[in-house]
Amino acid sequence: MSLSKEDAARGYWKENLRFMLILLVIWFAVSFGAGILFVDELDTIRFFGFPLGFWFAQQGSIYTFVALIWVYVWKMNRLDRKYDVHEE
Amino acid sequence: METQTLIYLVVGATFALYIGIAIWSRAGSTSEYYVASKGVHPIANGMATGADWMSAASFISMAGIISFTGYDGSVYLMGWTGGYVLLAMCLAPYLRKFGKFTVPEFVGERYYSQTARVVAVICVIFISFTYVAGQMRGVGIVFSRYLEVDINVGVIIGMAIVFFYAVLGGMKGITYTQVAQYCVMMFAYMVPAIYISLLITGNPIPQLGFGSTVSGTDMSVLERLNGLGTELGFNEYTDGTKSTIDVFFITMALMVGTAGLPHVIVRFFTTPTVRDARKSAGYALLFIAILYTTAPAVAAFARTNLLTSVPNTAYTELPEWFETWETAGLVAWQDKNDDGVVQYGPGAPFVGAPNFAGETGEYGQRIVTNEPTPAETELYVDRDIMVLANPEIAGLPGWVVALIAAGGLAAALSTAAGLLLVISTSVSHDLLKSNMMPNISEKKELLAARIAAGVAILIAGIFGIYPPAFVAQVVAFAFGLAAASFFPVIVMGIFSKKMNKEGAIAGMIVGLTFTFSYIVFFKFISPEMDNAAYWWFGISPEGIGTLGMIFNFIAAVAVASFTKAPPEHIQHLIEDIRVPRGAGAAVAH
Repeated sequence: MSLSKEDAARGYWKENLRFMLILLVIWFAVSFGAGILFVDELDTIRFFGFPLGFWFAQQGSIYTFVALIWVYVWKMNRLDRKYDVHEE
Repeated sequence: METQTLIYLVVGATFALYIGIAIWSRAGSTSEYYVASKGVHPIANGMATGADWMSAASFISMAGIISFTGYDGSVYLMGWTGGYVLLAMCLAPYLRKFGKFTVPEFVGERYYSQTARVVAVICVIFISFTYVAGQMRGVGIVFSRYLEVDINVGVIIGMAIVFFYAVLGGMKGITYTQVAQYCVMMFAYMVPAIYISLLITGNPIPQLGFGSTVSGTDMSVLERLNGLGTELGFNEYTDGTKSTIDVFFITMALMVGTAGLPHVIVRFFTTPTVRDARKSAGYALLFIAILYTTAPAVAAFARTNLLTSVPNTAYTELPEWFETWETAGLVAWQDKNDDGVVQYGPGAPFVGAPNFAGETGEYGQRIVTNEPTPAETELYVDRDIMVLANPEIAGLPGWVVALIAAGGLAAALSTAAGLLLVISTSVSHDLLKSNMMPNISEKKELLAARIAAGVAILIAGIFGIYPPAFVAQVVAFAFGLAAASFFPVIVMGIFSKKMNKEGAIAGMIVGLTFTFSYIVFFKFISPEMDNAAYWWFGISPEGIGTLGMIFNFIAAVAVASFTKAPPEHIQHLIEDIRVPRGAGAAVAH
């Protein structure tokens, strides 16, 4: 299947947006969700000696952020190739 | 060897290293000067971004702030790291593909408007100067504490060093110096953190020790802290005092502000490819996260140590470090009830920073002449002590103390250099080259950039020597304004083909004016009203940038919906920056 250049660019962009949105939902959930909005509820749960909400606010969210960027890097490199828009 | 000699040696050696790197990597063209010829490896770029990002405040003050505010301190931890996720996914790859030198350049070209570019330049300069003033002061303070020189002499030495490598090396010199500075900083931060973690919990990894039990008990560090704190009348360490909405808005403003700060964004212009720009963001956050996950652990350990060894102890029986730091003026004790015992609780013991009379009282304490407050607490503790005094509290040798001094200087110098470069670039490239003297030769532009950097260093130094009273207050400005101006404008410029010149300018003006007025009102016009009772929806000035950003988006979309769509060549430009292929070397112009 050969896509025209415009179709490829459009498909690439669509998939990129969908993937970005998923990652940003996780980004929001671990920090604003677990670390702020639901912190009191989660604090009733113990997690390796931490109240869980507090752990998300001071540790867990940061680990997740690092992981999110690397997943993004890995996935986008594949996406670049799939739609043949990668750098030579 | 004496600690003082060691400090001179270690600090001297690191300075020699920075200058050596500057000579080796001096810049010969504007492309080298502005963006290091776009040839920086992602790992090096990640370290440089980390050093650039972590300022004297991150290195010295952050753990202390968390130590005294517990859960509330999380806003800085999440806010100053979460922004990198936005940067990596929404800005960095596309701005790298765009392939120019500065943020105002993108704004000006994408919105086909010199006005937009000039507004952007003014924001860049304002935000960067706000920030750099604090850094130069930080350099002076570290010098005066460890090298026993006057703060002003310290500022001047710092200016000379930064002048040397920023003016000579430009972005190239700064980047490689920052790589070295990152290593110095991290080593200096981690060694005492590991020792103090071992000391309190027996676990060498601070992030794990943070959740472990205190050695010799079956109570976790946090339980113990909550217990010790509530006994003295403090809130529980793991609970905050700020309202949820305020924590939410401050965190968001810091995240979005981080992603909109020009000296951070420009880092992603320096990589060879779009792929490397994404990777750089990954490395940058990884390197930053090492310090940011250690800081809350250090905060908890230091607090535990403070609360177990000082309150309700007779002054004459206090640990040795207390006297050392009392001499330095970072702790003070005012015996309000004349019992010779240190009482510690919530609130301030007296009005303002300690004012020592120069004589000692009956127990040998330094007499403080400040007016006491009605609170029962008698102890004043500067937040910086939580990092600065750690090596002594943990009983570490002199070379570790020397490392902390070198690390604090590295943190302040690296951030100052990055900011000064952004200021000089904005002046020479965005104002001179694009507005006033379009025909200027590259050689002259480079000279102009160097002169601008020199002048900026002088101004920053003057701010460091005569710190304006508002330095602490204006940090909210830098993040708030970046959040309310750059972030929305750049994001819409990439993700919406319909966003036009009118919309972008309207959005920036609405976002900036709103945020600026709110902060000015509460910080300068009516500081007595700066509390939750008067804030809109309970949002403090620190968090108002988030609302400014929302207003920016709304105004921009509204105005764009009834004005003319952007011209066709702009729509092509957007299509082009959305795909990685074709990102060449720096575009000459």
